[in-house]
Amino acid sequence: MNAILDAPARGFLACYEATKNLLPGDAGVREQAARLFRARGLPTPREEAWKYTPLRALNEFDFKTPAARAASEAISAPALAAELGPRLSFINGRAQNLSPELPNGIRLESFAERPVLGMTADGQYNFIETLNVMLAADGAVLEVTEGQDAHTLVLLHLAAPAEAEAIGLHVRHRITLKRKARLTLIELATGAGRYLHNPFIEISLEEGASLQHVRLQEESAQAFHLGAVAAKIGAGARYDAFFLHLGAQLSRTELHVMLEQPSASFRFGAAQLLRGAQHGDITTEIFHRAPGCASRQTVKSVIDERARGVFQGRITVERGAQKTDGYQMNQALLLSSEAEIDSKPQLEIYADDVKCSHGATVGEIDPEQIFYLRSRGVPEAEARGILVQAFLAEALETVEAETARNMLNAAVERWWEGCAQ
Amino acid sequence: MLEISGLAAAVNGQQILNGIDLVVPSGEVHAIMGPNGSGKSTLAYVLAGREGYEVTAGSVRFEGRDLLALSPEERAVAGVFLAFQYPVELPGVGNANFLRTALNALRRARGESELDAVQFLKLARAEAKRLSIPEDMFKRNVNVGFSGGEKKRNEVLQLAILRPKLAILDETDSGLDIDALKIVADGVNALRGPDFSALVITHYQRLLDFIIPDRVHVLLGGRIVRSGGPELARELEASGYAGLTAEAA
Repeated sequence: MNAILDAPARGFLACYEATKNLLPGDAGVREQAARLFRARGLPTPREEAWKYTPLRALNEFDFKTPAARAASEAISAPALAAELGPRLSFINGRAQNLSPELPNGIRLESFAERPVLGMTADGQYNFIETLNVMLAADGAVLEVTEGQDAHTLVLLHLAAPAEAEAIGLHVRHRITLKRKARLTLIELATGAGRYLHNPFIEISLEEGASLQHVRLQEESAQAFHLGAVAAKIGAGARYDAFFLHLGAQLSRTELHVMLEQPSASFRFGAAQLLRGAQHGDITTEIFHRAPGCASRQTVKSVIDERARGVFQGRITVERGAQKTDGYQMNQALLLSSEAEIDSKPQLEIYADDVKCSHGATVGEIDPEQIFYLRSRGVPEAEARGILVQAFLAEALETVEAETARNMLNAAVERWWEGCAQ
Repeated sequence: MLEISGLAAAVNGQQILNGIDLVVPSGEVHAIMGPNGSGKSTLAYVLAGREGYEVTAGSVRFEGRDLLALSPEERAVAGVFLAFQYPVELPGVGNANFLRTALNALRRARGESELDAVQFLKLARAEAKRLSIPEDMFKRNVNVGFSGGEKKRNEVLQLAILRPKLAILDETDSGLDIDALKIVADGVNALRGPDFSALVITHYQRLLDFIIPDRVHVLLGGRIVRSGGPELARELEASGYAGLTAEAA
């Protein structure tokens, strides 16, 4: 009855068997996830949802559960501008002193203390979520109380495996905004060495709440990042997300967004910058379940050398979700002849009074633009950098929080300087 | 300042320039006139170093240096500026930022100190005011959504800020009304002096009423077939290029 499991799947199950008695939360839910995982294992490109993102690179590694707090004491979190806000740090997947000075109106517990586990994907096998449910050890459980503006909170993920070790980090966060609550969440993921980061964030926005979620994924060059966000948006609530992905040899981020009540809105901007042999995948799945909801997605990819980018975006408009406004745009800039982008938009519409559109563009930097800049004295490499940043500017401008926007712009510059070397 | 001898060039394997000889001394403004297809724009692009323009014979010296051996940015640093016939749009690049990046790239390459945003804006505002160019042009993206006239004025603004030694104006007058034409002419005339030269490429004599050239050359079939003083421009306006075709043949 079990599938023939390959090495990484066996490794994840061994981790589960070894740690299951120590993991918090409902053992039954975990066991259910483990059963599913035993039966299905790692997805292969034969499965439609994973057609463009092969996971065979995972085969070479056995991701161990990190020794509790072993490495974490030795390293310090990267210096972050204090102006960003209070910080929650997770080092090697474990919360570090989860008691920053928090603004009024935030309730914070750790997942280890209040483990709420459950599968959000309805009936379908979702590899990223299943892996997380099976192995989630820690995370933040955050609630902003009704009507409160909790301002900005930083969620830092830092991975630091011991030398020659590969570790698996399975964190699970739950963020709830009560009626008319507001929060800006700045999420950073970074690290050194070889590790698998498997974060899962559950978001629930009640009526009129507003969450701005800015992410900078700057994992190490040897890292794997397989993460997901599952968000439920209430009446008149807004979820604005902007993700900048620069790191990891292989990354996939899934967004599952349910616009559950009338006039809920979701705005998503993303940019992935890939080079070398990097593989980056952004997969979104938006469900319009109530009338008058809006979703806007703009995903930009800049791909150099032999790197490969993937964007899969599905919008489902359910029966009764009239006056839906759905928009999806995917734009890619290919900087080398070997760079590749795979783009798959999907619209499924079961209501008749809706406005839904999608588009995709793929191109190279316009040589006329380069020549124009060079003719004004700008060296070629700098000219290309200006044009790449211009391509991204439109997306980055949508980030309202200025400090977060500056942080992202600086990361783009770092990336570009790395390219020019 | 500029010495072109026996210059021949091809685009996509098609020979366009067939041996141009032209000397523009320091402090002089020369006009190049000619009908469509005579090679005027090709000459401009070859001088600026655009890719795809293959020099098949001849040489170009700029202040004694081999201009053709330089990259486009090195030519700019040396002091060559091309005002484009069709200025390129740069979405996502703010005009002020673009101008400052260009000016600082030139200054850096020349070993001069770079200007910070405040110093630059002071300079840029003064130039814009002098040329009657509204300041909101700095805030917009480079040439994006500009009218034809605005694009040409933006070229002249760059000319004024970057202050080259040699300006090549490629049909900067095309599509301009008389007021815009005067702005373009003012921009060029303000730079005139012993260390500034210009090559004004135009189809019509009109611009040359405002920028009085020292010499006028007629380009036909990729060759200069006649040269003369400013009166040659007026003569061509009256008689057209048809007579010259016969003369050249």
